[in-house]
Parts: sequence; structure tokens; C-alpha cells
Amino acid sequence: MATEVNNDTNHDDHEYTTTGLNHRKMLMWAFLGSDCMFFGALIATYLVYQGKSLVGPYPVDVFDIPVTSVSTFVLLMSSMSMVLAYAALTQNKISGFRIWMASTAIMGATFIGFQVYEFSSFSTFHVDIESCNEKIVKHGIFDEYEEELCANAKEDHVETHDGLQPQTNLFGTTFYTLTGFHGAHVTLGIIWILSLLFLSYKKGMITPERHLDVDLAALYWHFVDVVWIVIFTVIYLFGVFPFPGS
Amino acid sequence: MSSLPIPIPNIRIPRPVHPTGIWSWFTTIDHKRIGILYGITAFFLFLSGGVEATLMRLQLAGPELGIVSAAIYNQLFTMHGTTMIFLAIMPLSAAFFNYLIPLQIGARDVAFPRLNAFSYWTFLGGALMLKLSWIGGATDAGWFGYAPLTSIDQNPGKGIDFWIISLQILGIASLASAFNFIVTIINLRAPGMTWMRLPLFTWMTFITAILLVLAFPVITVALIELTFDRYFGFNFFNVANGGSVVLWQHLFWVFGHPEVYILILPAMGIVSEVLPVFSKKPLFGYATVVLAGAIIAFMGWMVWSHHMFTVGLGPVANTVFTITTMLIAVPTGIKMFNWIGTIWGGSIKLNTPMLFSLGFIAMFLIGGLSGVMHAVSAHDAQQQDTYFVPAHIHYVLFGGAIMAILSGIYYWFPKYSGKMYSEKEGKIHFWLMMIGQNVTFFPMHFVGLDGMPRRIYTYAEGMGWDLWNAVATAGVFILIAGFLVMINNLGRHWRNGPTAPSDPWDGRTLEWSISSPPPEHNFDEIPVVTALDDWWVTKQDSQNRAVPVSGGSGEETHDIHMPQASYWPFVVALGLFVGAYGVVFNDLIFPYLIAGIGLIITFIGVYSWSLEPVNDPE
Amino acid sequence: MLNFNKFKQVIPLLFVLTISMVLAGCYPEHNQSTFDASGPVAERQLNVFWWILAGAAIVFVLVEAVLAYSIIKYRRKDESETPKQTHGNAKLEFVWTSLPALMLIIIAIPTINTLFYAADPPKHALEQHTLKAIGHQWWFEFRYPSPNESDKEIVTANEVYIPVGYPVSIELDSVDVIHSFWVPKLAGKVDMVPAEGNTMWFEADEPGVYYGQCAEYCGDSHANMRFRVVAVPENEFNDWLIYQSTPATESADPLALEGKEVFKTAGCSGCHALKTVVNKGSKGRIGPNLAHVASRRHLAAGVLTNSEDGGLVNDSYLQENLRNWIQDPNSIKPGNIMAAQGVVYTNPDRKLTEGEISALVGYLTTLK
Repeated sequence: MATEVNNDTNHDDHEYTTTGLNHRKMLMWAFLGSDCMFFGALIATYLVYQGKSLVGPYPVDVFDIPVTSVSTFVLLMSSMSMVLAYAALTQNKISGFRIWMASTAIMGATFIGFQVYEFSSFSTFHVDIESCNEKIVKHGIFDEYEEELCANAKEDHVETHDGLQPQTNLFGTTFYTLTGFHGAHVTLGIIWILSLLFLSYKKGMITPERHLDVDLAALYWHFVDVVWIVIFTVIYLFGVFPFPGS
Repeated sequence: MSSLPIPIPNIRIPRPVHPTGIWSWFTTIDHKRIGILYGITAFFLFLSGGVEATLMRLQLAGPELGIVSAAIYNQLFTMHGTTMIFLAIMPLSAAFFNYLIPLQIGARDVAFPRLNAFSYWTFLGGALMLKLSWIGGATDAGWFGYAPLTSIDQNPGKGIDFWIISLQILGIASLASAFNFIVTIINLRAPGMTWMRLPLFTWMTFITAILLVLAFPVITVALIELTFDRYFGFNFFNVANGGSVVLWQHLFWVFGHPEVYILILPAMGIVSEVLPVFSKKPLFGYATVVLAGAIIAFMGWMVWSHHMFTVGLGPVANTVFTITTMLIAVPTGIKMFNWIGTIWGGSIKLNTPMLFSLGFIAMFLIGGLSGVMHAVSAHDAQQQDTYFVPAHIHYVLFGGAIMAILSGIYYWFPKYSGKMYSEKEGKIHFWLMMIGQNVTFFPMHFVGLDGMPRRIYTYAEGMGWDLWNAVATAGVFILIAGFLVMINNLGRHWRNGPTAPSDPWDGRTLEWSISSPPPEHNFDEIPVVTALDDWWVTKQDSQNRAVPVSGGSGEETHDIHMPQASYWPFVVALGLFVGAYGVVFNDLIFPYLIAGIGLIITFIGVYSWSLEPVNDPE
Repeated sequence: MLNFNKFKQVIPLLFVLTISMVLAGCYPEHNQSTFDASGPVAERQLNVFWWILAGAAIVFVLVEAVLAYSIIKYRRKDESETPKQTHGNAKLEFVWTSLPALMLIIIAIPTINTLFYAADPPKHALEQHTLKAIGHQWWFEFRYPSPNESDKEIVTANEVYIPVGYPVSIELDSVDVIHSFWVPKLAGKVDMVPAEGNTMWFEADEPGVYYGQCAEYCGDSHANMRFRVVAVPENEFNDWLIYQSTPATESADPLALEGKEVFKTAGCSGCHALKTVVNKGSKGRIGPNLAHVASRRHLAAGVLTNSEDGGLVNDSYLQENLRNWIQDPNSIKPGNIMAAQGVVYTNPDRKLTEGEISALVGYLTTLK
């Protein structure tokens, strides 16, 4: 016998809990704790292998900080949009809720789009460097840093890089794995958000009383965003801008 | 409210209603039934690990024997280790978590009953996948799978892949279970059950669950990295392209060391329950024992490279890990002394559960001392990778964890089976275990320091190892006899034994305040707790009462809402199982077709599960 | 009625019993016993063990005695008795926390000292020799720097000589998986990890043949990966080194000459070099160097014995071993690469005839 999906039995705010905190919220936090360790291990692997690739391309060759900054900004804004969606729901503004959820999903998808673009441009990255000077021309905004690099390079320094695949070197392996899993997390989040969005068209599924369902998705989404901030800082920024004095 | 142009159909989610018979076991979400499922399954898997061990010991009974080939032997020791750790001790502990935690904290079930069922079915899938890998060649790279022996070049067969993927599935099961118990213990304690009134077993379960949540993701990552190396030619452990094989060891042991505390803390929890009951005294230094457990769990993160003392990390790194490893012996010692302090001055009843717990202390002491010898890293350079290590391991895991689990199996037998076992046969089992394990494992100290490496399928004549290896093999048969006695005793009595009262042992904790076995809803009234060892205190206060007492919270019996059975945990677990096979057999018909099918089943299951309410309104 | 004082008297006896039981497992005369420390590194490491063993024995006896005593003394005599409900004793807990901690601190000091001692050869040593040990599945390659040419190395396999009384610094490497270099009577083991550049050192106090075995699971025939370290006086060592650097004297025996041909046509020379000197740091061959195979005490990496008692080579044993090995390598070393890749094993048309095997054995026996 089947049971109809209904909106009557919502136990969330009424069930007994020792601490007064909701079970499912606590579950999400416990899960996020494990996900921290998951990303932590991947980031640790990246850091252990940083600078140890035997061949290029290296981070400084392929990273395009301006472009990645834009996608980072988009993801950050999607978190804000998520907050607004939740706020709209608690105030029973369902159409507002739907608009902000849709925009969160769109911004998340945009971020994924940027990732896809980035991955494909890295894997087709090709450069022949006849001399160090050409390198400076190519990466205009990093002139000073490149000058330092070139100071020790021999004359007629020749380098050819032919695409960054995961198999190419340690950088490719660790970078694609780490950011790939992050992208997978974002994608799952988008599916979750779209599901909630579609469900909101079914009477009684998404209501202010059932705000927890959206709250959990929001928590997950913010977590994924925070992980990206860490990745962007540690892998992108620290990978390209040298530490002062180094 | 606005609507979409596309009509969303009324989703009818199938749900079992009052299922009976076999079907009720597939759809159960009752923590007690799930505990029994875990226990029976794990016990059979433990026996399979014992068969693997027996074959190994037969092969090593003398020099240059040909009972099994080198290839089979290498699979045997790999599968024995993996089985005993992931398919025996962990799920046996899980059986106890499942059955007891709600009873001990005064709850009707765990926080997420369907997630609980999901944990069991997923575990079963992972276990089946691992054991079935014997067909066609099981993994043979050791339970710790060091790179680059696990690389696709060194090991092109599917055995390693089965090992990797089944461990991932088992990891999902363990994580789900850990999340469940963390929320349950924090959030479903009966009124008045403060943290410092929790039974010790519940405390150890809580600490273990936290360790699981933090440790498993690390091996998940390590296994993912290995999978990508094998399947897609990534460079994580590829020395030719700059990778380091030592990275695998770091990742594995950052998981692996907390894992051994995951194995032993629940066992210590069981012992901490049994000793007070059969000494008629409270646990000596309850707060200290809790704190020691927490300290062990915390410090367990800082010792991992003591498994790598000979890898060449250098004397500075080795010094650091020597110090941290020695320090962790201190809280472990504290617990031992507190247990002895518990029985000292008590009124000790030497029945089967008590004997096993006392045996635990005696045997775990030996294992702990050989562990300290390992910590003396300068000499560990001689001990490492010799039989001295299996000697240590088996004293702490057999003499420790298994003895404690057996204590628990007998102690709580009346509660979960509703029957009493035969004390006489129980004692025979105990003595066979004590003699058997010492005959089997003590000689391993000798041959280890006599230069016998481990993980060797045979050894030369004239090395002087013959005698003690033969003795060790003989011991196995004593152990087998013991387990046969146990199976006969518990099997017969579970069916036809004398009915057990609700509190046969004059227990101290809440599970003894309800019938044996408990009703589906556990407590007629949720108790209100006023003290540590609340049931004992209640009995002392109302000594003249003949009938078991539980404090009332005023909740009416007919208002009890029990969570209902569900198909979806089983479906999601099935999806993962199919998906797992699809990952290993990824080129059947269409690349990753079966994996895709598994993923779809999983998604359908997850969606249905999330749309299904906890209870049907009736 | 159990008398505590009487019980206390038993404790020293229990201690002696424990130590005897433990020492019953101590066999310094066995080939790989860690109790027969024959060099400074092994000796220092063993010393630390004696300390911890003593400490462990004391703890064991005391704790087990207290456990046994309490079980006996406090056995339930009357079902209705309820003992005193003691909850704890902070003073006692402090004592049994700090005492073990103190014991551990005490043992930590010699442990750490020994760690540093074992890591690098003593600086004051007058002269030191450097040995390279390279792990292969499933045999040991050994290289010494050539005394004559600075950019060359002398290469041999599975049996290596060292000079008595001098520290030998060892550079460890592996061409495939992780192995471990372990000569129990000379030093604790250090793993041979590909590309990690591990080092260790040892020294032999006295001449002798020291048994070694791989101590890190490395695949099918891990159990069959053994070696010998032969310690001889320094002048003998120098002679050995020079001898190893030159190929064996050619034999004019017709069987040997025939065997030399078979060695090439059967494809042996593809994996087994006969050249004794190679460029420094060059990549080794898949199979052991056979230039002086007939003078080795063992074959197949310590598995087959060429002599009566591990001493000097007996030719008839050597021939039988060579024959068995060439005929059916898998029966001696399951999974070995020679049988997996050698064309005379993989291609049934190229299988060696009895005559070819005899010729090979005749040839190899002359490579003294």
C-alpha cells in the first residue's frame, strides 16, 4: 500500500530532543564535519605535492586569477541568494523563495560553467617559450614575479607545455581531483536546490513550517562555498603569488 | 499560489504496512532487529575470517609446506585482516551500538531509524562484495594495501578493485551509522540523563562515532586516489612522475590509527559495564574512565607514523612519534587500573560474562605491554614486520576486543534473546579461549624476535622457527573447539532455553528495567533519570518492590508513535551495491553502464526516502 | 582466607618465572635471532629492549598479581552482600597515572639516543665504506664504488662482503615496490622505498656469515627474498672487491663453451649481466648479475643452499640447484619474473632441452 505524500505530519519542531536542536540539523553538521576531513585530505595531498611536479605546465602557467575571481564571486553571490531564498520562505513569500532559489541554482550552474571552461582551457594549454622575455609578454600583470623567475634562467630558455591533463604531472593529478570533487559537490547541491524549487509547486511541500528542509540545503550550500574559498586562496592565490620574502 | 504549466503528478510512495515474516526483516527499521542482523551477519563473517586464519596456520605449521600456494596464502592474509577488522569487529560492535544505545539512554529508537537500516544493508553489500572477490582472485596486497604494490602495473587483476570499492561501500555504512549515533546520543537522552550519567558503553560509543566521522573520510580519499591511479593513470603514487609511495602510508595510517581505537573503545565500554555489575560496585573513577577514553581518541590522531618507523622518515620524526605513542599508553593504563579498582573490594561473581571481561584485562595487558615495546622505536626497527607485530595485534584485538565482545554477547544474551544460556558451557568456552589464544599467539613473540618476518607464505628449514610455529597452529584448534561450544550453547538456548527475567544480573543500567526482550517501543514510559547507574539507584530506593520500576514521564502508552518500516533504505543500499559492481566491471556492454544503473537506483531510493514521511498518519 | 603478606612473597617468584618464560623464546644461535647482536647498532638496539623488557615484566607481574589477588580475595561468598560503593580515589588515580608516565619518560631517553645513533655512522670513524642495496622483486642488488675509477660501481647480487670492524654506510633503493633491508644480527631494518633515498649503517664486530631477509611484503615471493652479508677482515674484503670487479676466468671446457652460447641464444644475457663494473647510478638489469654466481653460498636470493652448512660452495650442490632452478623456477620461487618473461619459459617452442640445460649448468658452474 502506498502512502500519499502529504504535508500534515511535520515533526521537525515538535519532536522531543534533549538539546532542543533539531535532529536533522545536527545530522547535517556531523556530515559536514566528515566532509571537512574529506576535503582536508585532498587539500593536504595537493599541498604535499606542491612544487614537486617533474614537468610543467605549472600553476603559474595556467591559472587565470582574474577569471577565477569572477567565478568565485558568482559562487559567493549564490550563497547570498540562498540566504534570501530562506528568508523569503520564513516570511511565507513563496514567489520570492522561488526566484531566489532559481537564481542560486543559476549562479551555481554558472560557476560550474566556469569550471568546465577552466578545465578545458587547461587541458588544451599549449605554449612554446623561446625565451624568458616572451613569458613576460604573455603574463602581463605578473611582470615583477616573472622577472624574478627569469633572472636565473639561461639564455634562449626553451619550454614547451602541451596541455595539463591529470596524467601530465602531480599538479594536474591533484588539482583536477580536488576541484573536480568540489564541482561534484556543487552539482549535487544544484540538483538539491532545483528539487526543492520544483517541489515548491506542489501544494504544501515547501511551507514556512517546513523551513528546515531548505535550511539544510542552505547549510550544505554555504559549506561548499566556504570550501571553495579555501581552495581559491590556498591553491590559486598562494600558487601564483609568492609569499613575501620567498 | 502560482503553478507550473507542467502538472506534477501525485507521487505515491510505496510503504510496507505491518510486514511479517522474512519481509519484515528486509524492511525493519527497529534498532533491536537491526542489531541482531548486524550481530548474526558479523559472527558468520568472523567465522569466515577464522577459516582464512586456520588455512594460514596450517601452511605455517612447518617449514616449506605446500598446503596452500604462495598466491593463495597472500590472498588469505590480506582477506583475513580486512575481514576481521571491517567485517567482524566493527559490525559486532555495531550490533551492540544498535541494540543497546536507545535502551541505555531511555529512548524508543535511534534518531534516524531508516538511516540505521540503510547502514546495515549497505554494510551487507560491502561485505558480500569483499568475500565474493575470492572468486576470480581476491586482493593480495595486504589489508593496508601499500603503494606501489597496489598499482595497476603490479596488480592488474580485479582483486584490488574489489577491495577498494567494497571498503568504500563499508565506509558509507560506517559513516551513516556514526552520524546516527552521534545525533541519537546527543539528542535522544531521556530527561535527566545528563552527560555524566551516561552509561560507560554509551560514552565509548559516542567517542567511537566521532572518531569514525573524522577518520573514514581520510581513507576514502586515499582509496579514491588509488582508484584514479589504477583506472585513469593519475600520478598520486606514481614514483616515475614525482609521486611518493609514502603518501599512501601517511593517508592510510592517519585513518588506520584512529581505526584501532574505533576497534577497542567499544570493547572497553562493554568491559566497563560488565565489571561493575558482577562486582556489585560502581565503576571506579567513572569520570576518569570517560576522560581517558576521550584523551585516547584525541591523542590517537598524533601517533600514526609509529606504523612507519622503518620507512625512513628520519630520527627527528621518529622521535616525535615515539613520544606521542608512549604518552598514549598513559590513559590506556589508567583505564586498566580503574577496572581493577572496580573489582577490588567488590563481591565478584565469576560467571561467563565476568570471566571474559577479566580475561580481557589479563590479555589486553600483555598486548598493551608489547605495544609499548613497539613504541620503543629504536628496537621497533627489529620488531617491525616480524611476527612480533601479529603477536601484539592479536593480544589487543583477540585478547582485547574479541574477549570483550564475547563478554557482551553473553552478558546481554538474556536481553536480546529472552532466554538464559548454559553457564557451564559458557565457562568451558572461556577456558578454551584463554588457553587457545595464549598457545596460538604467545609463541609469535618468540619467532618474531627470532627473525621471522611476517606475511611470508613459508619459511626455510633450519631457521629454528619450526617448534613455535607448530605450537601456534595447535592453539588454533583449541580456539575452534571453543567457538563450537559457544555456537552450540547459544544456538540451542536461543531457541529452547529457559525464559530470562528482565533483570537476571541485578544490573545497573536502564536496559535491565524493561522486559527481555524489550517490547518494540522499548519503554512503556520514558524514564526520568536522576543519577548515574539510575536503575541500580532506583532499585536501592525502592528495595521492597517486586516489580521492576521505571520513572514515569507521564506519557500515555497509546500515544507512542513508532517509526514505520520502509523499503527505501534497502533500495538505496541495493543501488550502491549495483553501482559498486558497475565501477569494478566498468567495461561490460557499455562503459560504466552498470554503474550508471546503480546510480539511478540510488537516486530513486534517495528521492523516495526523502519524500516519505517518518510516520504514516493513521 | 587469602593472606596479602603471603601473597606478596609470591611476587618475586612470579617475576623470575615471567623472565624465564620470556627468555625461553630467546635463541641467539638461530640464524636471524635479534638476540645475537653482532654489531654496535644491533647491540644498542638490543640494550634498549632489555630495559623495556624489564619494565614490562615488572608491570606485568604486578598488575596480573593484583588482578589475581582481587579475583580470589573478593569472590562472592554471599548473594545478599552489597560491598561498599566506592566511586573513586583521586590520590590513587594520580599515583597510577604519574608512575607509568615516569617509567615511559625514563625509557624514552635511551630510545631517542639510539634512534639518532642508528641513523648515521659515527663521525669519528676513521674510514667508512658505502654500499648500495637496491631491491628488486625478489632479489637484492649490491653495488660498491669501484676503488679504481670514481665514476664506476662494482655490481653483484644476493651475497655481499663487508669489512669487519668498519662502519658500512648503506644507501637503499628499489626499482619496483617497497622492500626492506634487514640483517637482524647487525641492525634493525630500514625500508627500501623507490626514490626516497633512505640510508642506514651497520658494522660487524666479528667475521661471519650474517643472514638477511626482505622485511616488507613485496608480492608473490616476498618469503623467498633473502640474502647474506659476509663479514671478513679488511684485507680479505679488499681482495674480494677486486675479485668482484673482474669477470670470472674463462673456461676452455667444451660443455662450458657450449653453455656460454646457450646463455646468449636462450636470451639469458638480456636480463642477467656478466659485466662486473657499471657506470655509477646506472639502471640495473631485471635479473641478478651472474659474473661470480658459482662462488655464492646460495642461489635464488638465499633460497637454495650451495653448501653443506652455509659455508663454502660444494659444486655438486651448486649444479643440482642450478639445474632445478633453470628447469622449473616457479616451483622454487612462485611468480618469479624469469619464468614470467623469459622466452624459454613463455614460448613452448623455445623450451630448453635437457642438453641445453646441462650445458648452461656446466657453464654457470665455471663462473666462480
